[in-house]
Amino acid sequence: MNSMELSRLEEAAKEIRKKTIDMIGFLGVGHIGGALSIADLLAVLYFREMKVDPAQPRWPERDRLVLSKGHAGPALYSALAMKGFFPEEWLHTLNKGGTNLPSHCDRNKTPGIDMTTGSLGQGISAACGIALANRMDGRDVFTYAIIGDGESNEGQVWEAAMFTAHNRLDRLIAFTDCNKMQIDGVTSEIMNLESFEAKWAAFGWEVERIDGHDLEAIASVIENARARVRPRAGAKERNSASASAEHSTERPPTRPTMIILDTIKGKGAEFCEGQVGSHNMNFDYETAKKAIAALDR
Amino acid sequence: MAAKEMRAVYAETLLELAKEDPRIVVVEADLMKATGTTPFKTAFPERAFDVGVAEANMLGVAAGLAAEGKIPFAATFGCFASRRAFDQFFMSGAYARLPVKLVGTDPGISAAFNGGTHMPFEDIGIMRMVPGIDIVEPSDPVSLQALVRKLAASGKVGYLRLHRKAVDAIYPEGETFELGKGKLLREGKDIVIIALGAIMVPEAIEAAQRLKSEGIEAAVIDAISVKPLDTGLISEWIGKTGAVVTAENHQKMGGLGSALAELIAESELQGCRLTRIGVADEFGEVGTQDWLKKRFGLSAEDIAAAARSLVAGKGKRKQI
Repeated sequence: MNSMELSRLEEAAKEIRKKTIDMIGFLGVGHIGGALSIADLLAVLYFREMKVDPAQPRWPERDRLVLSKGHAGPALYSALAMKGFFPEEWLHTLNKGGTNLPSHCDRNKTPGIDMTTGSLGQGISAACGIALANRMDGRDVFTYAIIGDGESNEGQVWEAAMFTAHNRLDRLIAFTDCNKMQIDGVTSEIMNLESFEAKWAAFGWEVERIDGHDLEAIASVIENARARVRPRAGAKERNSASASAEHSTERPPTRPTMIILDTIKGKGAEFCEGQVGSHNMNFDYETAKKAIAALDR
Repeated sequence: MAAKEMRAVYAETLLELAKEDPRIVVVEADLMKATGTTPFKTAFPERAFDVGVAEANMLGVAAGLAAEGKIPFAATFGCFASRRAFDQFFMSGAYARLPVKLVGTDPGISAAFNGGTHMPFEDIGIMRMVPGIDIVEPSDPVSLQALVRKLAASGKVGYLRLHRKAVDAIYPEGETFELGKGKLLREGKDIVIIALGAIMVPEAIEAAQRLKSEGIEAAVIDAISVKPLDTGLISEWIGKTGAVVTAENHQKMGGLGSALAELIAESELQGCRLTRIGVADEFGEVGTQDWLKKRFGLSAEDIAAAARSLVAGKGKRKQI
């Protein structure tokens, strides 16, 4: 990645953070910590990797994103507004009665949201169904899913893990936002799931673990994951059922990819970075403005 | 149509539908053999998915398929469909406005030898709380075939309470059915019995025959749809008779009888007499279906006794 591209992504990530802090601060309360921890990932996805068209939010040939940790909606709303899916003025309507931007993602309210999420563990299953449907339809698109490390306590995450690997849904690229904190405390004390790499590998996934705030590293692992997948070239896949693919003379689909992102909860906001209490916290607009000014320094 | 396994009718109907509509897909959780959809998988291997013993994921996957325009039929035993994976059905399906079709098999006492752990007496009550859902329990192969097609075409979430065993046809071939509509099976001036499902509708017909021999004319309605309720047909016959017995293979609470009580309490029908035949706040048990029918008071004689008592007391009711 050249330095111009890197600085473009840095600017995008910073802007996602500023908008997220601004929108939650304007309201006075919200899920700031887990939203800021995925800002860098969203910058890479929406400003480099994903094929989307803001003029056609349901364009069939787009890449899909399921934010399974649906409470991080505000960060995604920032990215979508910056891409032009809806006017930036909407951001100050977060969680107000009648808004199109509810705290948790809603596919029926917000242009650019591909799946309704909020009850943890469910989005990753829906991403499986989305990837499956696109394979049936022979589309050369990728489905991205973002889950949390706390969310990974949910059994459904592991039901989806086995399903994805068994069905070789190689066009599903998932991320675990490993910010090491959940509502009641640090994950190592509440419910330790390490090693995440060993668990996902045991379930049959390709696994990468990187610094989730390193834009170049994020882009590089996504591009590597995509490169492992054979092109669909518009043609319907002949052997989509896993059993027949196993015995096909053609190269079988590769494995799904899980990218573990080591992140910091609340990253980039001085008043909440690295704090357990940042999951859903109250802060006033003055605090938000100071944090935004600090990001600009 | 002669007696036929309901699951075979379900599976054959889905297979026919799948040939007509490429959007039809099947998702199962290691009960494909029980549901009878194995021939579907043979015919359309790329459109039938077995997620293994993982009901939550089954409904999440179904929702994702629906998000991409597919029409998924997801099936498992009714106990798991309602109790185990309700949040997935509710949020990823219904709340997301994705037309997931959930099939809960082995309703109530038909779970028989699987016993109390597998005996859903509460699934209708749970499902009635889902805004906008269609809930149907067909009573015979003809209605089942028609209603699977209606559910597929509805564009909404639906819950099909599916009796899997062989039952006799009640309706002639070609009879038409609509979601939200019941069927009047028999006229009668003294009382109306409103029954639900492949076990209770035949019991209600038998009860009406017994009552006739005693000089009581009982109308019988096959409710078919618990939500929406066919308020027009039901109100008409309660109005004509002034007394109603509901009969369901489910808890009295939350099911058809509850829905009738709510309808009556808020309508012009106030003052009519109602007795609900159903399970009285108990858990299921193991046993044969016939034994369980008696154990939980769901037999034709239980329905007839309730009807006799209501008709005998009719003079005491206030006029409606």
